[in-house]
Amino acid sequence: MIPPKRKNPLLRTRAALQPPAARSRTALGITAAAARGGFALQVCAACQAVQYPPREICGTCLHDGLAWRAVPPEGTLIAATTIRVTADPYFRERTPWRTGMVAMDAGPAVIAHLPAGVAQGDRVRLAQKLDRAGQGAMVALPLAQPGDLLDDPMMREMTCDPKDRRVLVTDGRHAVGQDVARAMLAAGARVWLGVAETWRPFAAVEGAETIELDLTDADSVHRCAASHGGRLEIVVNTGLHTRPGGILERGDLTTARVEMEAAYFGPMRLAQAIGPALRARAADGTHPACAWVNVLSVYALANLPSWGAYSASQSAALSLSQALRADLRPIRVVNALIGPLDDEWHQAVPPPKLAPAALASAIVKALRDGVEEVAVGDVAQDILARFRDDPKILERELAS
Amino acid sequence: MTKPTRRGYDGIVVAAPTTIPYERYSIHGAQRWIGQALAAALKRAGLRPADLDGFCCSSFSLGLDTAIGLTQHFGISPRWLDHIPMGGASAIVALRRAARAVQAGDADIVACVAGDTNHPDSFRQQLTGFSRFSTDAVYPYGAGGPNMSFALLTDAYMRTYGATREDFGRICVSQRTNALSTPHALMKRPLTMAQYLAARPIADPVALFDCVMPCAGAEAFLVMRDDTARALNLPSARLLSTIERHNAFAADPIQLRGGWAVDRDELYGMAGVAPADIDLLETYDDYPVIVMMQFEDLGFCAKGEGPAFVRAHDLTARGDFPHNTSGGQLSVGQAGAAGGHLGLVEAIRQLTGETLGAKVADAKVAMASGFGMINYDRGLCSGAAILGVDG
Repeated sequence: MIPPKRKNPLLRTRAALQPPAARSRTALGITAAAARGGFALQVCAACQAVQYPPREICGTCLHDGLAWRAVPPEGTLIAATTIRVTADPYFRERTPWRTGMVAMDAGPAVIAHLPAGVAQGDRVRLAQKLDRAGQGAMVALPLAQPGDLLDDPMMREMTCDPKDRRVLVTDGRHAVGQDVARAMLAAGARVWLGVAETWRPFAAVEGAETIELDLTDADSVHRCAASHGGRLEIVVNTGLHTRPGGILERGDLTTARVEMEAAYFGPMRLAQAIGPALRARAADGTHPACAWVNVLSVYALANLPSWGAYSASQSAALSLSQALRADLRPIRVVNALIGPLDDEWHQAVPPPKLAPAALASAIVKALRDGVEEVAVGDVAQDILARFRDDPKILERELAS
Repeated sequence: MTKPTRRGYDGIVVAAPTTIPYERYSIHGAQRWIGQALAAALKRAGLRPADLDGFCCSSFSLGLDTAIGLTQHFGISPRWLDHIPMGGASAIVALRRAARAVQAGDADIVACVAGDTNHPDSFRQQLTGFSRFSTDAVYPYGAGGPNMSFALLTDAYMRTYGATREDFGRICVSQRTNALSTPHALMKRPLTMAQYLAARPIADPVALFDCVMPCAGAEAFLVMRDDTARALNLPSARLLSTIERHNAFAADPIQLRGGWAVDRDELYGMAGVAPADIDLLETYDDYPVIVMMQFEDLGFCAKGEGPAFVRAHDLTARGDFPHNTSGGQLSVGQAGAAGGHLGLVEAIRQLTGETLGAKVADAKVAMASGFGMINYDRGLCSGAAILGVDG
């Protein structure tokens, strides 16, 4: 794709409309699968019939036990149309918009979005992607072609490819921030790397532009927002202040307050300063503002008592991210959940540990895939799997 | 165990075909349109509201009201009441239920009324909350509404059976010809095939003249015994047979046939007529592809021969296959749920000699069919009725 042209500053910034967001609670199963990068439909526990649209009762045998399961996403496109007139303002700005009917090999007939180049009679694979309202939507991708057609205008509505976008990475003093900056540059983004107290020595990242940014300092955050808030498309909040210690052994609140500043108050300050401008530019041009990424400890989900206060700060950050997800919409809030990093503060922790560069690649992939939750590394994936199995059991496991 | 034969509709007639002339937009509520149609039907029959003991209503735009709320609104006290939320199949379903109620003596005179109002944002609002499946799995996909749904069916039909846009154009152009003599048709100008083919695309392959225009309006008819009609000195048509089917052929991946194909033998058998005996046909015509499916599934031609059928016949009121003789919804307008009543009301008019526009010569047997409710990917309801007059 040709890099985006500079915007005429006299033109009005187009309001960020969203596609229709209303869904039944049952249908949010598709949103949940899309948010995690999976593909799931309901399957009847009694007769195994695959259901679509989402149901409360099996359309084949009337059984009420329908569980979301990964099912084969392949099918054949048996009808297609190009919508040129629509009732909805979001789609009206984006017509012509193609949709089609996919007869899935697994059974159901599915109305799906059609990117360019998928034609009637084609074999397709359905994907579940988050649309700009943050809701799960079915997309028919060509079976013959791998990948997500990242440059297709329809797929760009559902993904957040950093290519040709401008990215703020908040903490250039941390290895994670530095490696995220490098990964973004490699993905074709322009990068501003925030560094607190630039008068102190720091390691610059070649190709990234260093800017003064200290999330614990309101003045610094506002100066950053004033100079860069209107020209950012992606924010990656890598603020990590990782210190071991349970609640009782620390004996005071000093470290806990620093952890809360880094994980909770700092990102909140940045969101309040930059969020409105980011959200307002969510439909600005061909490469609109699209994502806010947080790096969070997977122990935000369930407390690891030996890092008890840190885990609590991460829970606060996780909760903040959920609030931001609603407030920033249609900006996508992406949480990268991590286990122990391979760094000084995890010296005593046995492997496997996560290399910052691996985390950085996973963040770029999550943006390209359009997901909003990704567990990076073996430990995070293991803890997330246990959490989804039973949070209470996980709590006891971590406390033993 | 053998299936018992369905009882006929001996002695049951329909009368007082009523239309409240349509308007593109109305500042009034659906209650007014329905009330006007009820009043006009009663006036036609020379009845007072107190004489009415059965009332059946269909509408999309009554808000929180259903038929029961309307009894108080209109000051009627029926002993039989029904509300039919089946869109374009409502007229046939209403007729079936009313006929059995009258036959059983649960009511003597049933008014079947459908009406809707239309405001500038009504159509979008109706689309956003049309059904659970539609909210979850259709509207978020481009919000194309029924234009998109029928575009997919039309695309599949064209590729499966070789229909061309000209074939659908024959249906639309001949209906426009019929509409030109219907005083209240919203479409007043002739339509040529060239204009049809050059029309603005809406959702390929559906273009402007394949789509109905949503509007405000109301339709009504009365169901009663033949002796009641005679006593009222009211022209009437006998009900010969009906069918109704829902969610037929659920395993078909896309709709290329409707429920009529399941029940049509019973429809003709009960009436004791064959397709060749039908003098005029009023199909449900929100898009021409569904008209073509009705020609096939109601037995006027074999499956897949719809395109050849429309090429071989003149579908105007004075042609060899009179079809949608008032112009149908495609040219008169789609007044919401009244769209399903339009064809049945026109069939009654043609049989009782009360035609407003083009008259079919020597019409003795008429068929009206209904189709409704694109709940997800296809219309779920289908129905049909055969009416006759002695001659």
